[in-house]
Amino acid sequence: MALLQIAEPGQSAAPHQHKLAAGIDLGTTNSLVATVRSGEAKTLANQQGEDMVPSVVRYTLDGVIVGKQAQADAALDPHNTIISVKRLMGRGFQETLKQSQHLPYDLVDQQGLVAINTVRGVKNPVEVSAEILVTLADTASQTLGGELNGVVITVPAYFDDAQRQATKDAASLAGLNVLRLLNEPTAAALAYGLDSGQEGVVAVYDLGGGTFDISVLRLKRGVFEVLATGGDSALGGDDFDHLIVDWLQQKTGIAELSHQTLRQFLQLARQLKEQLTTQLSVSFVVEHSSGQSELTLSRAEFDDLITALVRKTIRACKQTLRDADITAEDVAQVVLVGGSTRVPLVRHLVGEFFGQTPLTSIDPDKVVALGAAIQANVLVGNKSDTDTLLLDVIPLSLGLETMGGLVEKIIPRNTIIPVARAQEFTTFKDGQTAMSMHVLQGERELVSDCRSLAQFNLTGIPPMAAGGAHIRVTFQVDADGLLSVTAQEKSTLVSASIQVKPSYGLSDNQIAEMIQSSMQFARQDMQQRLLREQQVEASRVWEAVSVAIGVDAHLLDAAEVIDIEAALHQLKQLSEGDDTAAIKAAIEHTNHLTDEFAARRMDNSIRQALQGHKVDEV
Amino acid sequence: MNYFQLFQLPAGFDVDLTELGTRYLELQRNFHPDNFATASERDRMMAVQQAANINDAYHSLKQPLLRAEHLLALRGVKLSHEQRSFTDTAFLMQQMELREQLADIQDAADPDDLIAQTEQQITEQRKLLLKLLAGTLAANNPEQDLLAADIIRKLKFFFKLQHELELIEQQLQD
Repeated sequence: MALLQIAEPGQSAAPHQHKLAAGIDLGTTNSLVATVRSGEAKTLANQQGEDMVPSVVRYTLDGVIVGKQAQADAALDPHNTIISVKRLMGRGFQETLKQSQHLPYDLVDQQGLVAINTVRGVKNPVEVSAEILVTLADTASQTLGGELNGVVITVPAYFDDAQRQATKDAASLAGLNVLRLLNEPTAAALAYGLDSGQEGVVAVYDLGGGTFDISVLRLKRGVFEVLATGGDSALGGDDFDHLIVDWLQQKTGIAELSHQTLRQFLQLARQLKEQLTTQLSVSFVVEHSSGQSELTLSRAEFDDLITALVRKTIRACKQTLRDADITAEDVAQVVLVGGSTRVPLVRHLVGEFFGQTPLTSIDPDKVVALGAAIQANVLVGNKSDTDTLLLDVIPLSLGLETMGGLVEKIIPRNTIIPVARAQEFTTFKDGQTAMSMHVLQGERELVSDCRSLAQFNLTGIPPMAAGGAHIRVTFQVDADGLLSVTAQEKSTLVSASIQVKPSYGLSDNQIAEMIQSSMQFARQDMQQRLLREQQVEASRVWEAVSVAIGVDAHLLDAAEVIDIEAALHQLKQLSEGDDTAAIKAAIEHTNHLTDEFAARRMDNSIRQALQGHKVDEV
Repeated sequence: MNYFQLFQLPAGFDVDLTELGTRYLELQRNFHPDNFATASERDRMMAVQQAANINDAYHSLKQPLLRAEHLLALRGVKLSHEQRSFTDTAFLMQQMELREQLADIQDAADPDDLIAQTEQQITEQRKLLLKLLAGTLAANNPEQDLLAADIIRKLKFFFKLQHELELIEQQLQD
């Protein structure tokens, strides 16, 4: 580990400075923030003493309300109170209309993406999520007594690129430094794994409010290797609620539910669902526009309502075990995550499928946030002696559209990330000078059945005979599961590259505009924020290069050392001032000067990494 | 890039998979982007590329066919750049028969039995070819390398058959 510590902040001037880091579980129903204090991960409570913040945001003329109060207001003000916004992250307007008939909002089309018209104007899911993140980060800052250096935010393993990107955008909008997007099941395993020193294959069954994930991980001496992951990003406990609402509607005989009644019924449904985890039946009176109904819902009836949905999750478990190339008997332990795993039928059917009683010793509502906190503490540099290694996989295949509306897969699902794969394509017409690329994610063969991530054009291809130009398209997925695509014509080196954003994400400019237009963030002056970002980056570059020169000066000649030291000196001086553009230029200059040095160090350290290698070291 | 060199393993078809796994994890412990979460942007990007390379190398050496292809590429034989058609009619006949057998599974009186039978045939052939492949690659001369390339092409047919068989099996189970 001593090789590439150019990156370790522990090597800087203040080696023992404790950094503030938090793990955030940005959930569909509830969100939590946790941190590691005195070696133990704990969730943090807000001033009202609550650690579970309902993921509900209400926009009023006076301001924005987040959490419990917003949830309480939901029935009063359904149009302006956004519940389960996670289900809308990275979603298109049309697909939302098709999938969610139950939503009481005034949905609008924001350049193809879904957004909601509120009394405070049009708000998109990224902005709504940012409000929740700000609330959680404030709780953490207040408890820890300082601004956070970095956060780990969890996402369902099954989240596609658009949903991950939207989550990262929300953090960016909230002014948070994201150390990593961590998959929820990995976070849960981390929380359990470090507690119990567990080894073997673990299945994490995570049924939250709006998403279902099943992941199979192999745990071995600190390595968390995701073997396969599957699930459904639009299936969760909320669907149980909606089934109860349908049942209520049928029993009360109300032909069409108003938004207000719908909200009232949804709250009632949630209560019933919770009561039925401990009771065998619940009798209640419901008041509605056409009078009063006395009703009883038994657990058996509730089970009947939801059996099809729970069976659907079991089918996904089957498929995921298949993908991992193991059987249910190979699973040493099953971990339950998410509030919806409290439903007895879920526990029963999961236990039956895996042939064992699932683990529930850590609160299923908190386990993800706790795992995220553990990883945040490691990533921010507070725990340099850790030997945890998280090897995640890409949940859904990535590909490109080819002739006839078909998708050619470039990276199949369950490939370990980070990954880079290239594919060559050729022109199909004489003299063709442009080529359009359509990036898709999903398992189906037809373009129309997959999620469209982005479309872009490679132009300036020199005219050649059909098949003459060779275009190499490279897909790179980073450790967060975020894709970037580059395309290059080989003979002329004409290239095009994108962060996959255009069709389902927000551009950096859009985010900047959102920050500026948002009343909530007005206190954070945009210019100040940009300056601070550059200063932070400048200090990272300065630290990294200084340490590198200290360790590996022998890889440079005397003239190179003089140039680099001069650049470092200038970088340091400028970063103490307030000229954002000058700092940025100095960073670029230093990077440019040290590119070759960094590459040499990387090669060198790879060669050294396995030297004096002993098998029992790993 | 020479993947054998990356893992400091002898360049050959026989690879100690445990050793490969151990070395892979050791490299990832050093170069996984999680080690660079607070690093400068340039260093983070380099780490992502490096970790991607290591993953790709591991993926290629882990599977016998990709490993053989990589070995041949290092020796200057590129399968994709070579246009050789099969002249081995016995092999082609055998493939056609196996394909017909696959097509028959759905309507067979005892599909499980036919699946097991087909699987056994495929596995036997695969083992045989892999053994041949190991022999030709061990010889390490241009003539044998060309033979090895032919064997890889044949093996690809069998891996594809195996995959299709698994799909059929899944369909029957669901």
